[in-house]
Amino acid sequence: MSVTVYVPRDSSALSLGAEKVAKAIAQEAAKRGADIKLVRNGSRGLFWLEPMVEVATPAGRLAYGPVQPKDVTSLFDADFLKGGKHPLALGATDEIPYLKKQERLTNARVGITDPVSLDDYLAHEGYRGLKNALDMAPAEIVKAVTDSGLRGRGGAAFPTGIKWNTVLNAPGEQKYIVCNADEGDSGTFSDRMIMEGDPFVLVEGMTIAGLAVGATQGYIYLRVEYPHAHQNLNAAIQAAYAAGYLGKNICGSGKAFDLEVRLGAGAYVCGEETSLLESLEGKRGLVRFKPPLPAIKGLFGQPTIINNVISLASVPIILDKGGEYYRDFGMGRSRGTLPIQLAGNIKHPGLIEKAFGVTLRELLYDYGGGSATGRPIKAVQVGGPLGAFMPESQFDTPLDYEAFAALWAVLGHGGVVVFDDTVNMADMARYAMEFCAIESCGKCTPCRIGSTRGVEVMDRIIENQDRASNIQLLRDLSDTMLNGSLCALGGMTPYPVLSALNHFPEDFGADSKAKAA
Amino acid sequence: MNQLDWDKNAVQAVIEGLKDIPGALLPILHGIQDRLGYIPPDSVPLIASALNLSRAEVHGVITFYHYFRETPPGKHTIHICRAESCQSMNSRGLEAHAKAKLGIDYHETTADGDFSLEPVYCLGNCACSPAMTIDGEVYGRVSPERFDEILNEVRAEA
Repeated sequence: MSVTVYVPRDSSALSLGAEKVAKAIAQEAAKRGADIKLVRNGSRGLFWLEPMVEVATPAGRLAYGPVQPKDVTSLFDADFLKGGKHPLALGATDEIPYLKKQERLTNARVGITDPVSLDDYLAHEGYRGLKNALDMAPAEIVKAVTDSGLRGRGGAAFPTGIKWNTVLNAPGEQKYIVCNADEGDSGTFSDRMIMEGDPFVLVEGMTIAGLAVGATQGYIYLRVEYPHAHQNLNAAIQAAYAAGYLGKNICGSGKAFDLEVRLGAGAYVCGEETSLLESLEGKRGLVRFKPPLPAIKGLFGQPTIINNVISLASVPIILDKGGEYYRDFGMGRSRGTLPIQLAGNIKHPGLIEKAFGVTLRELLYDYGGGSATGRPIKAVQVGGPLGAFMPESQFDTPLDYEAFAALWAVLGHGGVVVFDDTVNMADMARYAMEFCAIESCGKCTPCRIGSTRGVEVMDRIIENQDRASNIQLLRDLSDTMLNGSLCALGGMTPYPVLSALNHFPEDFGADSKAKAA
Repeated sequence: MNQLDWDKNAVQAVIEGLKDIPGALLPILHGIQDRLGYIPPDSVPLIASALNLSRAEVHGVITFYHYFRETPPGKHTIHICRAESCQSMNSRGLEAHAKAKLGIDYHETTADGDFSLEPVYCLGNCACSPAMTIDGEVYGRVSPERFDEILNEVRAEA
């Protein structure tokens, strides 16, 4: 009987050599006449253990990692196909504490299934949400999403149900569902992992959204930096069409939904929803004035739902198990789970899907195991390049939208980037301004000009030219950008800049007294 | 050098195949760059005419997006991630090393035409920082030594 062996096709696993490992395993099995079925799954998200190979045994799936091609012969010698002992053996995958302590709702299948196999998706509870949705009135679907308490996972945390309700009630000849898959924030990769590791869940979520508001066309706006996600999404869409889950007559219901992937072209600002819509229309990604909201006048001037990948990928489980089921996870007004991405200088980086409420400290030390370099963690940046830098004194903050907002920080898309004590926060503040200058769409003055002036002011501060007055100037400039910018790019660049200045004044030339204070 | 430098038929085929879809401009630009490696400036009038846009509008879109290029790339294109997560794992050291090793700055191509170097802002490989791609292949935990090894592998494959 053939033994199933799993080697991830996730791009982070590939970046560590998974492709060569898969080839080596196939070759070695052929050489030894071992009957194996090689499945290229997504990643479980334990990236310090990638490439992580799993073997299906009668006792469940067992993991080995990190595996390099040179380890393959010894794995066969140790009879790993029967779960044999080996220095790289990690035991039962589901019992690895990092995984076991998680609450995986949105990522339930990621790393477990073959991402492009519709049969595997169906065998793991896939398309159950759509089946329910097909028996419901549009307003009932919207109500289930509203009841779940789901808020936009792209970062702005706007209640998804309210957005959907606006589109449901907006008159329009052609409504659209647009998925924002322009995951440009540094330290975030949960969209990528879903699209590479379980693309059908996004396809299903968008189809349900179409049924909910009467939209018959969907677009996934995917960043060009994600070629593997592109391949897997296209494969999933093709399979869904072939099996009648997309197209003019979904599952024989007479309802239609078409779906297409469109590629961005390396502009960070196109992750801003109105800029994204401009780009989808074939224009420069200039931010639009709001109102009108995209829900009223969105893509091609029509009512449009625009949601992040994780928001849409969370919809199938809500429709499968009910809004209450999802709402029962979380704290305060942050309901459900958040896929947290632990990245940067951390010993155990990875994907951690947890109910809201877990603290940064638990993530950094219980999960992350401290810094990769072994040095003290000086700061973490949560929520991408527009998120605040948080010092050790704020590590007990629970992951909750309101708790972060109270500290002038943002949870954003759930990315946590860790820095050890070698980082210079003035350099990071300068970089934040530089990034804004490079990526500004140029439409509004505070962002376009302010960011360039910001780089110059930071240069003077770093070079110790008239520091006190330049720091005052930096604060004034930040105030202008914060209050005068059209979108979050210019409006939030002051978050990393001011948090670096406020929490780490010593890096901006403050004397040791200020440091002690 | 004349217009045979770029394949007009290939450009025309891409335009013809995509010009009627909604929001056709980005798909067309991707199509051309996928085929030729860049978007020849002389193709701008063809695109503009097919989409009923001005040449300025097409040029404006090409130059807005970092990914599109108007000059041919080297045989291999290296993208090094400059974003925060990679910085926390010494991507600044990696970029300095890569520039010195290749003898070029960002947006330049080596004299032998083998490598172009471009910055990128996040490859979604933040759990394995610092990261880079060569011709779309992602590499993680790239130390300067590892960079040299990868470069040699790529050279050997060619």
